[in-house]
Formats: sequence, structure tokens, C-alpha cells
Amino acid sequence: MLIDWLAIAPEIALTVTALLVLFADLNLRGDAKQLVAPIAGLGTVVAIVFTAILWGDERATFGGMFVVNEYAVVFKLLFLGALLAILGISWRFFAEGRYYQGEYYFLLLTSFVGMIIMPSARDLLLLFVALETVSIPAFIMAGMRKRSLYSSEAALKFFLIGVLSVALMLFGISLVYGFTGTTDLAGIAAAIAAAGDVEPLLLAAVMLVVVGFGFKISAVPFHFWAPDTYAGSPLPVAAMLAVASKAAGFAGLLAIAFIAFEPLAEFWAPVLGVIAILTMTLGNLIALQQRDLIRLLAYSSVAQAGYMLIPFGLARPGATVVNDAAVQAVLFYLIAYAVMNIGAFGVAIAVHRRTGIRSLRDYAGLAQQSPLMAMGMTVFLLSLGGAPPTVGLWAKFAIVQAALTDVTMFAVVLMVFLVVNSVIAFFYYLKVVKTMWMDQAHEGMPALEPGFNLSLVVIVLMVGTVVLGVLPGLISDATSLTSLVAAG
Amino acid sequence: MDPNTAGWALVVALFLPLVGAGALAVMPSSMDRQIRRAAVAITGVAFALVVAITASFDFGRSGELQFTTDVPWITAINARFELGMDGISLPLFFLTYLLTFLCAVYTTKHLPEPGRPKAFLALMLMLQTGMAGTFVAFDLVLFFIFWELVLVPMFFMIGMWGGPRRDYASVKFFLYTLFGSIFMLVAFLAIYFAAGAETWSIQALSEMAPFGTATFQTWAFLGIFLGFAIKVPMWPFHTWLPDAHTEAPTVGSVLLAGVLLKMGTYGFVRIALPILPEGAVRFAPLIGVLAVIGIIYGSLCCLAQTDVKRLIAFSSVGHMGFVMLGVAAMNEAGIQAALFGNIAHGVITGMLFFLAGSLHERYHTREIAVIGGGMLKKIPRYGVLLTYVAVASLGLPGLAGFWGEFTAMWAAISPGLGIGDQYGGLYLGLVVFAAIGTVLTAGYFLWLLQRVNLGNPPERWASEPLDDVMRIEWVSWTPLLLLILALGIFPVLVFGVQDAAVANLMGYLGG
Repeated sequence: MLIDWLAIAPEIALTVTALLVLFADLNLRGDAKQLVAPIAGLGTVVAIVFTAILWGDERATFGGMFVVNEYAVVFKLLFLGALLAILGISWRFFAEGRYYQGEYYFLLLTSFVGMIIMPSARDLLLLFVALETVSIPAFIMAGMRKRSLYSSEAALKFFLIGVLSVALMLFGISLVYGFTGTTDLAGIAAAIAAAGDVEPLLLAAVMLVVVGFGFKISAVPFHFWAPDTYAGSPLPVAAMLAVASKAAGFAGLLAIAFIAFEPLAEFWAPVLGVIAILTMTLGNLIALQQRDLIRLLAYSSVAQAGYMLIPFGLARPGATVVNDAAVQAVLFYLIAYAVMNIGAFGVAIAVHRRTGIRSLRDYAGLAQQSPLMAMGMTVFLLSLGGAPPTVGLWAKFAIVQAALTDVTMFAVVLMVFLVVNSVIAFFYYLKVVKTMWMDQAHEGMPALEPGFNLSLVVIVLMVGTVVLGVLPGLISDATSLTSLVAAG
Repeated sequence: MDPNTAGWALVVALFLPLVGAGALAVMPSSMDRQIRRAAVAITGVAFALVVAITASFDFGRSGELQFTTDVPWITAINARFELGMDGISLPLFFLTYLLTFLCAVYTTKHLPEPGRPKAFLALMLMLQTGMAGTFVAFDLVLFFIFWELVLVPMFFMIGMWGGPRRDYASVKFFLYTLFGSIFMLVAFLAIYFAAGAETWSIQALSEMAPFGTATFQTWAFLGIFLGFAIKVPMWPFHTWLPDAHTEAPTVGSVLLAGVLLKMGTYGFVRIALPILPEGAVRFAPLIGVLAVIGIIYGSLCCLAQTDVKRLIAFSSVGHMGFVMLGVAAMNEAGIQAALFGNIAHGVITGMLFFLAGSLHERYHTREIAVIGGGMLKKIPRYGVLLTYVAVASLGLPGLAGFWGEFTAMWAAISPGLGIGDQYGGLYLGLVVFAAIGTVLTAGYFLWLLQRVNLGNPPERWASEPLDDVMRIEWVSWTPLLLLILALGIFPVLVFGVQDAAVANLMGYLGG
């Protein structure tokens, strides 16, 4: 079998970087160890270049298991961009913490290798391998603050629930294989469509696979691990879990739902729609009560996953226009979400690392201490809520647009929940904004020293949030070109 | 400037304040005085440009869009950057620039705690672009962006420079308005798909109307109605207004009453009516009833207020009720009345909030009982001004407040578009109650004047040295005072400009 090396060049570049980082860490001593961060950054840039070259290509290799098309490239660029940003916000955190720098960067890169495989995978087994590649390094990373009990708790919870979900998913995959005789996604769709009658057990298998991904994207009622894990992990890891790992889950869920199980959409779409309603409503209501900023962001990202699940609730078998609009809405939302949420975590890291602060009340008067960070946080939170002129508005716009492409009663119900939830969400986002700008600062807060890398990341993401808010065409022109199913 | 080709002038006037806000942001905070002067310069230049635009506006063709710009913006959803102005936009656009300029002048001397003119003025300039853009955007998506752009600066203005309950008021303002506008966004998208023309252009959609089924028209109108009715605000969606107005700093209240509320009525007239005429006709009686409830309810609340500023805030609910009554009449006179009432209320109530702000600067309270009367003796010029503006607000003929209310009631006696055949009796009843409302309005304003202006100043204030109207106040108030008189004597100043545009609009409505 001939392998299309160019198609997998980004993955190879990232893998080589990961190994280089590990090797460098072994051989460097003392402060020289800090070199691993630039190496990781350089490798990411190389991977981005390789990915960008692939734009506009349609390639398939490994017997059609691995596909590169515009959809996959957009996703890969999203992941690699997120990786660069996370490297930026991690650097000082780990350099000053002096723990496990080499291991951290190696694990981070490995996890991202799994992520960039995800949108290309067109086979249940490859999807499974990709998901495990994303998860297993993340289990270790969550527990990296070894001496902190919270960190250990975070890792243990994450690990146990992750393993459980994978077990369920694997069981589902085996049943699906039993019914259809193939693990190829398009092949499964063809087999299901040809079979005509739908076996109840097949539906159960589909649900098992969906539940597996439900854990990954922390949809209610599979969200319990997320707040504890985010709160206990080192903060850059929490950012990675909340954004990149969640996006990877969505990439897998999109492929499974809209390719393999597309003929069964009439069964899973209502289920995912209801899960969307539960996820956003519960996430937002619990977030209202939070006093710890990280936990607030954690529940906010649960709610955000709910918004992103709405388009799944709109899917219908054979309705190509609606399904395409749904996939594009999810993709757009994920890109917007990555920009604004990494930014929010970036600011949280800047504040926490210097002052050890994470309680919401301690953000009082941040605007006087560090106008840049306060401004950044304001932009990110308003964007998460969906206020103009930020990219978050267009993310919501894309979802409403998908819902109204072909109006159904269920779509209207979903829209009403989206509206009500947007208002609830603003309540707690504004609370943070208000605390930062309008409350008096405490005495004796140490000055923030976010460092060059982190400031740069925050500025870039902040500018990006606003520029994309004025010209969303920069993303939507790319996402509207992409079609998930094109090129088998 | 040639109104057919000078689209650039409108773009420059629109974004100059936003650029100015950026420029202020990079000035060092220590340059307090220079920052305030720079803001006056920026708003002054912008206002001068708008005066120039007005001067070269072709009043003979005020029904057509002039100063247009139309370029692709977001190709993926066919949204375009489409600006323009006709006879309906022009007065509101002009008012926006005038009021912001006067507010900047006023801020050179008056700024509430905690100071920080840089942030305050930058927010005000951002607000200006958002407000002005709403009146000249002719693409639904663009309109929505400008509409929402207003929220964030206003939230900060109330939240940072507001009164004691500013936290509550700012969040309530934001969430309430947001709630309505998201429903509005959903309705916009529904219109886009129902029209099936792949365009968001307000002009194009108005020409295509009516489209969609009756159910669609009803639901889409309901969505838009929620968005606009909250902004106006109509009873029972008004509860954010007294809090926001009372807690906001003076400049915030002036702009809130002077321009922000107008965005709601403008939206009804510009978008809801022409694009969804069938829905509009179905909702008209409801709008009329809510409007009149607003008039009566607003004036009764005013009678019960003890705080001058809160009283003025509630009076807005009543006045906007008259404006919406004009809309509900669905005929040319009614729309004219609504738009005139809009401008008149903006000028008069904007001025009243300036006066309330200055009152607080002098007495450090706004409680009527604490002030206790005698202002005509203690600070006579100020007392006279308050009388003049209050009398204008209660609708004395010869001043600006009269024409909007009178014409609205006159128009509602014979509503258009066949509504009269079915609901003639209802509308007659509405007019009767609205007339009672004018009496109540006169009642609470005269009672207010009696309590604060007449009599002798109580002992507490008798020996206190209180400044009469200061120079900076004369400078920033005179244009409004003159405008109140001018609009009262020559209502044609506004009616004439709007005439052709309103006739056009009635064409879309099929009247």
C-alpha cells in the first residue's frame, strides 16, 4: 500500500517535534531545559506550514481511512493555532514552576497529534486510536502538580471517567461492526441505509458511541468530571482540556454523526437536541453560583458545549442543506470558542500565577492593576456571551442561521432555549466584568507580571476576537467552503 | 457635497467618533483637561460634518436614500455594508450628533465620581457610533450590529459612573435589552429565509413585502416587537428604564432618553412596519392598547415619585406611549406624529435630564421634599429654565412637545389600513384615554414646578450659596432651548423633511 506522505506531513512533523522535545529534555541540564518550549513552538509552526500547503487538496490514504480535505484542514489549523496559544500561556507557568517541563511539552504535543488526526479519520478504529491519543497524555498532564491533592483528584476523576467512556464507546463500536460488517464510516452509512429496518440494538450501539463522545465534550449528564478536573489541573492544562480536547471530541462526533450514522439522524438528532438543551441550561445555571473563576469558566464551557450541540439536534437523514449548515455552524463556533476561551484562560493564568488568586472576589479592581488583562478578559467574556463586535456574536448567529435554514418546531424550541440561556450567561459574565472594573481593589495585591509570551497571546487573541467580530467573513468564507462528506 | 455620490461623508461622520475613542484611549490619563477638549473637538468636527451633510441633503428627494454606500461585507451570508439616509433618518441622525457634542461640552466641567474622563469620553464616543449607525444602516445584519454596539458602552457608563444602585441598574439594562434583541435577531433570520431573496437589504425586503404566510408574519413580528418594544420602552417592558435613567450619570441619561429610546420607534417604523405589513396590522391594536396603558401608567407613576430624576424617567414612559400610539394608527399622520414625537421627546427630555443633573450638582439631592421649593427665588435663571422645559414637555402649544402628542391623537381617531373598520371604537376609546393622559401629564409637571420652584426656599438652603446657571451650562443648553421653541413654532422643520419618506413608507404598507 502506497502512503501519501504529504497528507500526513503535519502529523509527522508534530510527532517528530514531540520526540525531539523528549530527547532535548533528557540531554539538557538546568536552565537550558527551557529550550524545549521554543522547540515545541517551532515544530508547531512547521506543522502549520504543512497543513496550510494542503489547503484546497483532496487526499486520501491508508485505504481511505485517513482523509485530507478542506474540512480537515480547517480543523487542523484550529488545533495547531490553539496549540501555539497554549504554548504561549504555558511557558512561564512551567518555567517558573520548575516541574516536568520536558514531560509536559512532550505530552502536550502527543495529545495534539491525536487531535489533528481526528478530523481526518474516516474509520471507527482510527477515530478510537485518535481519541485515546488525545486522552491518555491528558490524564497524566492533569495530575502534574503531584504534590497537590486537588491535582491528583483531578487526574484520577478524569482517568476513571475517561476510561469508562472509552469502554462504553468501544462496546458500541464492536456492536456497530457486528451489524454492518465494516468500520469504515461511509461503509457503515451504506450498510445501515441498505438494511432498511432499524434494529433496536443498533440504536443502542449508536447511543453508546455518542455517549462516549458525550463525556469528551462534557455534555450533561456526562459533565461531572469537568469542573473538578479543570479546577485541579495546572491551568494551561485546563485551558487545553476546555478548548482543544473538547474540539477534538466535537470533530469525532461530527464525523460519526454526519457520516456514519447519518441515515439514523431521525433517532439521534432529538436525543442530542435534548442533551443540548440540558447542557446549556444546567451549565449556565450552575455557573451562576460559582465564586471561583476557574470553576465559572468550567461551567461556562459546559454551557458552550450545549450551544455547539444545537446544530446536531437539527440534523435530518438525507437533508444535505440542513446538515451542511449544521456542520458549518459547529465548525464556526468551535473556532470562535477556541479564540475566546483560550484568551480567558490566559488572563486567568496571568492573575493566578502571580497572586495565587482564583476567587472571583479577588478580581476586584483588576482594571487598575493591569488594564491590558482586564480589557482582554472583558473582550473574551463579552464574546463568550455573544455581544458585538466580537466573534462570539457570529458564532451564535451561525447556529441560529442553521436552525432557520428549514424551520421545524424542534428548531424553534432550541432557539428559545438558546435565547434564554444567552441572557442567563450574560448575567455571570457581566458579574466578572463588573468586578474587574467597578469594584475597589484590595490592599496589597502584588503586581501582575504576565510576561511577554502570555501578553502577546492575550493581545493577539483579543485583537482576533474583535477583528473577526467585524469581519466574520475571514472564518465563514473558509468554513462555508468545507463540506464534511466531500471526498470519501 | 453631492448627496448622490458623497457616501464617504456619511461613513466618515459615522466612524469618526469610534476612531476618536481610539485616539483618546492612547492619550495618557494625566492629560485630564486635554482629553476633555479633544472629545469636544472630535464631536464638534463630527457635528460640523453632519451639519454639512444636512445642508447638502436634497430635501426635494427626501423620500429616497442619499449618501449611500453599498459594498459586500460578509459574503458567506450575503450581508452588505449598506448605509444611506432619507428624510426619516436625517432628523434622528442630526439629533444624535448634536446631543453628543453638547454632552462633550458639558463634560468639560461636570463629571461624576470617579472622574476618569478618558474612559468616560471614549465610551461616549463608542456609543455615538453605535447610535448613529442604527439610523443609517440599511442592511438588517449591519443594523443589528450597531443596535447591539450601544449596549456595552452604556453598561459601563451606568455601572462605573452611576448612582448608588448602579450595579443593579446596569445589569438590568443590559440583560433586558439583550433579551429582546436576540429574539429580534432570530426574527431577522426568519425574514431572510422567508423572503428567499438572499438579501438583508431593508429597502429590497420592504419592496418585496408582504411575503410568507400569515403565521410567519405574526411570529416574525412578535420577535421584532419584543426587541423594539423593550427599547422604546413600551409598558409592560419598561421596568429597566426608571432604574437605568435614575442611576445613570447625567450624560448617560441625556443620551439614553435623547437617542437610545428613539432607536426602538425608529426600528418599528423602518423595519417592522414595511417588511412585515400584515403582522403590523394584526399587532396594531395591541400596540395601541399598550401605548395608552403606558401613557396613563407613566403619568400616574410620575405623580407618586419623590425623586426629580425618577419622575422625568417615568415621564418618558408616558411620552413614548404617545409616540407608539402614532405608530399604532398606521396612517401617514400617525407615523409623522410618531417620528416628530421622537425628536421632540429627545430634545425636551434630554434637556430635562441635563437640568436634573445640574440640580443634583447644586443640592446634592434630587428629593423634591428636601429641595422644598423656592428655586425661582434662590436660583431664578435655573428655575425659569426648568419651567420652560417642563411646560414644553407637558405639551403646551407653541413648544415642541405639542405637535407629536396632538397629531398622534388626531391620527388615531381614524386609523389606516382598514384597522378603523374593525377597531374604530377601540381606537376612539384609546384617544379618550390618551387625552386624559395629557391632563395627568400637565398635572404632575405643574405639581412638580409648584413644589420646587414656587414659595420661599427652606431655611436649610436659604443661606447656602448655590450657583445659578453657569456659563458652560448656557453653552451646552442653549441649542436645545432654541430647538424646543423652533420646533414648536415651525414643526414643518421636521414634518417637511419626513414627508416624502413617510409617504414612501405608506406605499410599502399598502395604504
